[in-house]
This record gives sequence, structure tokens and C-alpha cells, in this order.
Amino acid sequence: MAPFVTCLRCRECAREYPVEPLNVCDFCFGPLETAYDYEAIARATSRRRIANGPLTIWRYRDLLPVDAENAIDIHAGFTPLIKANNLGRVLGLDNLYLKNDSVNPSFSFKDRVVSVAATKALEFGFDTLSCASTGNLACAVGAHAARAGMRSVVFMPADLEAGKIIGAAIYGSTLVAVQGGYDEVNRLCSEIADSYRWAFVNINMRPFYAEGSKTLGLEVAEQLGWRFPDHAIVPVASGALLSKIWKGFNEMVSVGLMEGPVPTRMHAAQARGCSPVVDAFNAGEEMVMPVRPNSVAKSLAIGNPADGIYAIRAMTSSGGGAHGVHEEEVAQGMKLLAETEGIFTETAGGVVISALKGLTERGAIGRDELTVAYITGNGLKTQEVVGDVVHPLAIRPNMREFEEALHGLSPSAR
Amino acid sequence: MANQRVKFTFPAALVPQPIIYNLGQRFNLVTNIRRADVREEMGWVILELEGDDQEIRQGVAWVKSVGVRVDPISGDVIEG
Ligand SMILES: Cc1ncc(COP(=O)(O)O)c(C=O)c1O
Ligand SMILES: [Zn+2]
Repeated sequence: MAPFVTCLRCRECAREYPVEPLNVCDFCFGPLETAYDYEAIARATSRRRIANGPLTIWRYRDLLPVDAENAIDIHAGFTPLIKANNLGRVLGLDNLYLKNDSVNPSFSFKDRVVSVAATKALEFGFDTLSCASTGNLACAVGAHAARAGMRSVVFMPADLEAGKIIGAAIYGSTLVAVQGGYDEVNRLCSEIADSYRWAFVNINMRPFYAEGSKTLGLEVAEQLGWRFPDHAIVPVASGALLSKIWKGFNEMVSVGLMEGPVPTRMHAAQARGCSPVVDAFNAGEEMVMPVRPNSVAKSLAIGNPADGIYAIRAMTSSGGGAHGVHEEEVAQGMKLLAETEGIFTETAGGVVISALKGLTERGAIGRDELTVAYITGNGLKTQEVVGDVVHPLAIRPNMREFEEALHGLSPSAR
Repeated sequence: MANQRVKFTFPAALVPQPIIYNLGQRFNLVTNIRRADVREEMGWVILELEGDDQEIRQGVAWVKSVGVRVDPISGDVIEG
């Protein structure tokens, strides 16, 4: 039971449906979203109630569509928000923060969404948790299914980074490596989702699952001392994360936790090898033209984003922007973040840091403005991309060789 | 009888062509459009195809072969 959820509602035609494992409107085939009784939430919730809650996403239970008493909880969320003075100095930003979500239990923000989806799946009585993923989602599904005592079946394209394959398999998931491109994985999984009674977190669980991303908005506002940032830089794949952070900010106003209107400008970050949302936004279009992904940022390489249009609407109504980074800037961004702030992020984080740089250089972000860059995944999963940082001083074990090697280094590295 | 829900995305050059009409005629399918946004530069149509299983498959393959992108109605199922 989720006391404040009233129904599922179609995002396109507003038709209402009962709270069931459904994600598509039968009438217009539009996506369904959970609807809440905000007045009831406003009466129940408060800053104090939240502050006294657990140090996880479940402190925001009043705005989540599941029964939090039975949450599948491996401590997703309440990750560090860090003032980034060193990186800020490099970029010319005096008020820069990093939301370091790479330290979640399975090392990406996907633990937030899957924690909610797994909880709902058990409520509905499913015994199998499933997804199709380029990595992070599969890791989160494996981890939460293990905790919930559910079976998990995860579908992945056969050509992924080793860190992500092992990161999913370790939890005992059944891993299905699908040969062929993303198109094939998509087609096959749609078919399987239609024929098996499984909880596919981002298909029949999607209306509940996606709500978990709101906590990345709620949490940042709380950690800033109940304040909204002026800018949020968000990595975009399906577009759910960006649109739900925006929804989370606005719900805080709807339930009286914050005063509106929300001032935050929402900015999308993608790599040029797969940037359908950024390209549509920069062309002044709401219609996202699907692309064939070819990017090192595999976690963002989604060619036909399910929530692309909603991400664009959030960017437009917030007065935000979009930046597509060159493929070689992905690894550069990862290195810059690691060298300045000691945070090792995956490719998605590299995209965010380089997009932040690009937006700042374009004048989209002012020096004094309160800016939050979302770092959503961990670098240990995509080590391949930055293998070129390794050039050890190879010596025999004596002082002379060590000193010679040290003097051979450039002055800055000594 | 079977049915399949699909999203067709048309590049500019194909926007004026009666592809959905031809699909219905050539493969004996009922095409039931639920939502669409068609402009000069591109267009998408979300529809349901109803007919013989084999003919749906052949019809979708034909639509692809003329240059239309065919996707699941809710966008990519695969995620990051
Ligand atoms: C690390 C990381 N960041 C960001 C995203 C983007 O999330 P969304 O699909 O909600 O846009 C993903 C996955 O999709 C991801 O794995
Ligand atoms: Zn509808």
C-alpha cells in the first residue's frame, strides 16, 4: 500500500488507470505515470519528518509510490553532495557542487529507481525481476533481487565493459548476453516482456521505477539546506532522470516543503555519439529523432529515449540548456574530475563534467550561480576508457633507479 | 489473428508517401493509428497493426526496407 498514490495517469491523454503493473495507456498508447494526492502529502510530510528519516532514499517515502515499510533497501541514496572548489577554480565557477551518486551500493544512481521497482514488484507478487541494460541497471537489478530473494534475469548486449558484466553477474543473476545490436535486444525484450509474467523494472514497473529518480532532486535540495540550485547538469539516456529531478523539485513546492517557483535551470548532457535529446533541444524541437548509438558513453547510448520529450519539456520550461560533448571529451572529463576532486566516475560522469565545462564556456552558467553537477556512475566500471593514464615508473628495487626515474618525470609530476 | 503496437518514424523524404495505406493493402493488415506528429521535416506515428502473424512480420520488414524506422511504442526498452 502506498497511501498517497491515487491512480496511474496517462501523460498524454490524462486517462486514469488502477495501480497495477501497467505502463501504457490502452487508448492512446502514451506512457503512464503515478498520480498522488498532494494535499494529503502536504498534511503528512514536513522537513522535520524527512530529516528524522533513514539516511537513504526512504526518507522521502511520502513522495514514493510504494509501501516503504516493506522496502527492498540496500541503502540506496543519501550520497554525498560535495562543494567542488578545485574543479570550480579550473572552470571559473565559485559555487559548484557535485552530487556523488557513484557511491551507491551497486555503484550508480540506478539503485534508487530499482529499489522502488523491486519493492513494488514484491507488492504485486512477482518472483522475477528483469531488465534490458547496457550495464548499470543490470547491476542494480541483480543487487536488489538478491536482497529481495527474487530471481533476476538481465539482458545485455554482448559487447559490454567487463566491469558491468561482472558487476551484474556477481549477484547470481541469470545474464543473457544478446548478440547483435541494441535493436535486437529491444525487440527481443519487448517480446519477452509480453509473454512472461516477470517484473521488468523499466517496462511494466516503469511508472513506479521512474519515480525513484525524483529522490536525486529532493535530496540535493535538502542537502543544500532546503534550497534549490540555480543550475542542474544531468546526464541523459532515456531522459527519465532529468525529467524526474525536475518533477521532484516541483513536488517539493506542491507539498509545501519549499516555496516556488522552482528557479533551477535543467541542462542535459550527452555525448555526440548518441545525443538525440541534446540535438532536438538545440534545434528547437520537441520531437526527438531516434539515432543509432555509437558512443564510448555506453550508459547514455540510448538511441530512442522513452522520456526524451519529457526531458525536453523540463529543459524548456526551466529555461535550461543542452550540451553534446565530443567523444574524446568523455575521458577528459573523467580525468579532470578525478584529478581535481578525487572522484573516479564512469563515462556518464565524464560527459557531465565536459558538458559543464562547455556550458560554462558558452556563458550559460554564471560564476556565482549555485550549480549542481550530477555524477551518477562509478569509474571502476568503465576502466577501459581511461587505461592510458597508467604509465608506472618501472624500476629495480634500489634508490638510484628510483631517483633517476623520479628526475625523469616532468616537473609538475615530480 | 495477432496484433503489434509499433512506432514508425519517417524521414522527410517519406513523409508525403502513403506508406501506412500501402502497408494495410499489401499485407492485409488493419492499421489503427493512436497518436501521431507529422511535420515537413519528419514525422512519427504510433499505431496498432492487426492481422495474420506472418503478414505483420513481413509488413514491418517491408516498412523498414523503404526507410522507415520501426521501434517499440514506448521507446527503447534497453537502458543504461
Ligand atoms: C550512470 C548513468 N547516468 C545517467 C543515466 C541516464 O538515466 P536516464 O535513462 O534516466 O536518462 C544512466 C542510465 O540510463 C546511467 O547509467
Ligand atoms: Zn492516453
